[in-house]
Amino acid sequence: MAEEQKTVQTVEQSTGLSPDEENRMRERRELLQKIGSGVFASLLMSPLMATPIKEALTAPDTTQKLTSLPEVPEGQPDEDPIIRMVRDLKRALQKPMEERKWSMVIDLRKCVGCHACTVGCIAENKLPPGVVYRPVLEEEIGTFPHVARRFIPRPCMQCEEPPCTTVCPVNATWKRKDGIVEIDYDQCIGCRYCITACPYSARTFDTGHYYTEDAPSQPAGYLGSADARVYETAPNYDYGQERPRVDEQSPIGNARKCHFCVHRLEKGMLPECVVTCIGRATFFGDANDPESLVSELIPQPNVMRLKEEMGTKPKVHYLM
Amino acid sequence: MVHEKQYWKQVFWMATILAFGFGLLGFFDRMANGHLHADYGSYVPWGLWVAGYIYLIGLSAGAFLMSALVYVFRIEAFEKIGRLALLTALATLIGALLCIWFDLGHMGRAWRLVARTNFGSVMGWMAWLYGSYFVLLLFEFRFATRAELTAHHSVRTTSPLVQKLVGFDPTQPEAHPVEKDLKVLRILGSVGIPLAIAFHGSVGAIFGSVGARPYWNSGLTPIIFLVGAATSGGALLALVTAVFGIRTQREQDRRIVYLIGRLVLVLLAMDVLLEWSEMSIGLWSSLPSESESIRLVLFGHFWWVFWFVHVGFGILVPGLLLLFKPRSLTAVALAGLLITVTFISVRLNIVIPALAVPELEGLRYAFTGPGLKFDYFPSLMEWQLFLFTISLSAMVFLAGIQWLPVVDYSVENPGSEGGK
Repeated sequence: MAEEQKTVQTVEQSTGLSPDEENRMRERRELLQKIGSGVFASLLMSPLMATPIKEALTAPDTTQKLTSLPEVPEGQPDEDPIIRMVRDLKRALQKPMEERKWSMVIDLRKCVGCHACTVGCIAENKLPPGVVYRPVLEEEIGTFPHVARRFIPRPCMQCEEPPCTTVCPVNATWKRKDGIVEIDYDQCIGCRYCITACPYSARTFDTGHYYTEDAPSQPAGYLGSADARVYETAPNYDYGQERPRVDEQSPIGNARKCHFCVHRLEKGMLPECVVTCIGRATFFGDANDPESLVSELIPQPNVMRLKEEMGTKPKVHYLM
Repeated sequence: MVHEKQYWKQVFWMATILAFGFGLLGFFDRMANGHLHADYGSYVPWGLWVAGYIYLIGLSAGAFLMSALVYVFRIEAFEKIGRLALLTALATLIGALLCIWFDLGHMGRAWRLVARTNFGSVMGWMAWLYGSYFVLLLFEFRFATRAELTAHHSVRTTSPLVQKLVGFDPTQPEAHPVEKDLKVLRILGSVGIPLAIAFHGSVGAIFGSVGARPYWNSGLTPIIFLVGAATSGGALLALVTAVFGIRTQREQDRRIVYLIGRLVLVLLAMDVLLEWSEMSIGLWSSLPSESESIRLVLFGHFWWVFWFVHVGFGILVPGLLLLFKPRSLTAVALAGLLITVTFISVRLNIVIPALAVPELEGLRYAFTGPGLKFDYFPSLMEWQLFLFTISLSAMVFLAGIQWLPVVDYSVENPGSEGGK
């Protein structure tokens, strides 16, 4: 990246150009910078995303794990916000857990309703039919011909005052020190009281369905339901625990919800919905860190939170 | 008389066995496939079984409160139906607990309700309250039937364990501890009244305390639950007393049913008043978050459940019967039957409409999948399993009146004869 800039500067110095040509050159340079940032981002994200998740879970001490992460460069002009958020994340993970405050900001002006976050989340967490952590709500405003559409991704709000935890009769769900609301699948009895108590419908019930249900089976060599189910029964890593999908075993029969991809966070990776967002509309980081991107965005005057009047203090903010 | 009772017992046994057989299919489905064939899911997470549970637990609380009239307040007019009320409370409690047990995502973890209780949750208290209530009912039933059981000749020759269970002391075979037992019953009943109010009020509070659901979130909800419990439990007791509990030829016995009928009429009127208050305030407030659920009840897809099943056959017909035919055994029994059976619609109309209104606009179509919908109608498996629990309750009840001294057909000295 720095080399690219140096090369551009050398070309400029060695040629006497007219102002028009200089402008064109500047535009080209800016374009190159953007492309450079994008290429770097993709180069960086590949190893980050390809790191085996299971490996991440075996090392609970996050400060030690960070030493194995690729180095994140210092801030560059026009860099991809993902680079900055990874840097924010790394900084946050070096603090004690109770000093972090994971927060999300979703820029509704940038969301195009592609549902990539929903699908990415389903793939990352191996969600079965009937369970969704981050649907995108669609609103149609106005009447023809003056119609507008608005898309509102809705992850778990990770409320400061979560109404879903207090109702649990067996203490199976609680707010962690870093603010993420966690469910202990082995403790949960599946009464679903928490689902009724959530004002955002952010919790869903895993009834034990498979996408491959009733799919035709095929002889060996073809992809039939049996082969396809291998993917569905592969373990997920909600809350950092490896859980292959086995009939009657948790998380089947449990309430489930978004957890800001806590298993990824602990390895220094951003939540899946953040990295799959094609419009860079979702931002994530530590709101307790004044240098973080989310800390810059949250105090904006055009920020709102869902059902603020309920006093649940969601940690998901929307930019209008 | 005896032939008539035998006839009704046979009819009820037949119906119960049929329901059990049909319900068994649902039981096997639930055991084999878990929640796969249920219609509830993520957006409407509670369905028929939760409604069935609050229905049955209401019947139990109501019947128990009626028994308190005998054992705590010693109202002589009801003396003959004390044990019948206790047995009704016990049988319906068993059905209610089974119903909610089948509803759990992990039935094998139900014990954690006691071992890892969160007393900050209303639901956390329930296992303790039900546990206490269940034990109390067993003890009360034991003391209420001890005199008759120990007097029975077969008890004198049975195993020591059974003798101990029924309270027979072989060293004092002629002792009749009726008075002593009545004192114990009074104490147990006195503990039981606040317990019954606590546990059924708490069932109401489970719903009433959910701030996310404006339709439930009201201080009136626990009170409505209690009055509903007394109404439906009283109605059930009117029915079973008329059918099994009395000698229908005796005017004195029939008066018991008439009295229960009057009590039920008053309770029904109170229930209607509370329901009117809750619904009219919700509608007049015009806040869509609450009024939408009420509109769903009144004019939604299942409007007929409210207007025909509940208002028509659950309030108007039984209300008119109790008002204009208060001294007709058939009319009171029929009113009891109608109120009891249709009260499940009241419970369904509490549980479902609050959940059937999306909490966020656009959620209905945001993502699809099993359970990600706001339209709920119980599946065949859900109906079958509900019927299964009802039939088990009925079996406990019928076995009780068949083989235990529950019903007293004696003329002069209530409590001296077995009920077989």
